Amino acid sequence: MLRVDVTKQLGEFSLEASFESQGRVTGLFGASGAGKTSLINMIAGLLRPDRGIIALDGETLDDTAKGVHVPPHRRRIGYVFQDARLFPHLDVRQNLDYGRRMNGLAEDSSQHARITDLLDIGGLLDRRPGQLSGGERQRVALGRALLSKPRLLLMDEPLGSLDEGRKEEILPYLVRLRDEGIPMVYVSHDAAELRQLATQIVMLKRGRVTALGGVKVLT
Amino acid sequence: MFDISPAEWTAILLSLRVAVVATLVATPFGIALAWLLARREFWGKSILDALVHLPLVLPPVVTGYLLLLTFGRRGLVGAWLADNLGIVFAFRWTGAALACGIMSFPLLVRPIRLSIEAIDRRLEQASSTLGAAPWQVFATVTLPLALPGVLAGMVLGFAKAIGEFGATITFVSNIPGETQTISSAIYSLIQTPDGDTAAGRLVLISIVIAMGALIASEWFARRATKRLHGN
Repeated sequence: MLRVDVTKQLGEFSLEASFESQGRVTGLFGASGAGKTSLINMIAGLLRPDRGIIALDGETLDDTAKGVHVPPHRRRIGYVFQDARLFPHLDVRQNLDYGRRMNGLAEDSSQHARITDLLDIGGLLDRRPGQLSGGERQRVALGRALLSKPRLLLMDEPLGSLDEGRKEEILPYLVRLRDEGIPMVYVSHDAAELRQLATQIVMLKRGRVTALGGVKVLT
Repeated sequence: MFDISPAEWTAILLSLRVAVVATLVATPFGIALAWLLARREFWGKSILDALVHLPLVLPPVVTGYLLLLTFGRRGLVGAWLADNLGIVFAFRWTGAALACGIMSFPLLVRPIRLSIEAIDRRLEQASSTLGAAPWQVFATVTLPLALPGVLAGMVLGFAKAIGEFGATITFVSNIPGETQTISSAIYSLIQTPDGDTAAGRLVLISIVIAMGALIASEWFARRATKRLHGN
């Protein structure tokens, strides 16, 4: 369970959001500039809230009143960015292996095989990120995040930088992933996308939560 | 013309040794400083920045004299080092390396700093969400991506160190076999009658080394751009 109750002032923009998510896939829905990315950056620990609490499965990650801030590398929260952010100096295999190495986890070849199969990236392992298409890059980024064995996966418009055809290419993988059961927070401004993926919706408008509930709130 | 005398060889080899040692010792400090200047905001940053660049604008003889005052046998640091650690800089080749290291430091730091500044910080964020502690982020993302800049800085620093003259001769004098580098050897030769041919040879060698270093530095810089674009 994820619990978020935070405020953050970013220049002129103020973000004040409070929600709890029980669902497997929480869709964070809102127009661009609604504060979605700032919100998940706070969940990831990349941005510190001015005030408030973030807790995951009973563990406090941020509590400004008590001065608690768990740094991103100790949160075990995976993050798939809109722009993939693969490491350009590493090939796909090394990118995928990165989280395992940093966390000092043992090699798990069955997990590796399962995820490369799930995402169809087995044929890309020896390539450099510069030699991948946008859709391939996004799939590798997904695999990289998953292989670090996160307890929550954040996705910030993972289809945002792709054209329609490419989106159709990735979406089935995301559905498969959802059915794997890993909890996710999925940010999007596209209601159709969220209808397919999310089990619960948090609607954000100009820094405030305006609706909470099932996918029905999207209409 | 191309018959290099043993004395000239001594000067050339000494120059190489001084420049190599100066560059290798200065590089870790250069990386740390470049990172600090590129990535951290702190009180006195502009003063530190100016201090790093000071040898570039100060008359070399001033830098050399300051080194003599500080690291000379009776200097504050020099006396302590000699008494406690047995390290002597004055009138030794190590002193030449120290002078060259300090004089070339601004040239070493600059490309490293620029290459660190050019790294997309979002890659470092991605690295931390994958479980990398700050030092791991530095070791596995920042440093590898800045590596071409580090090499470019080392090459430039090396080229500067091998040609350093003013601070070196002020600090450690011009002792053949101990502190006489190519530059001070040329200086001695052009003050000697009939020294012109030998001086010309050393001048030519200096030009070759400097050109080689500049070309190498340029090559590393181009690799840096390529690396950052992921090919």
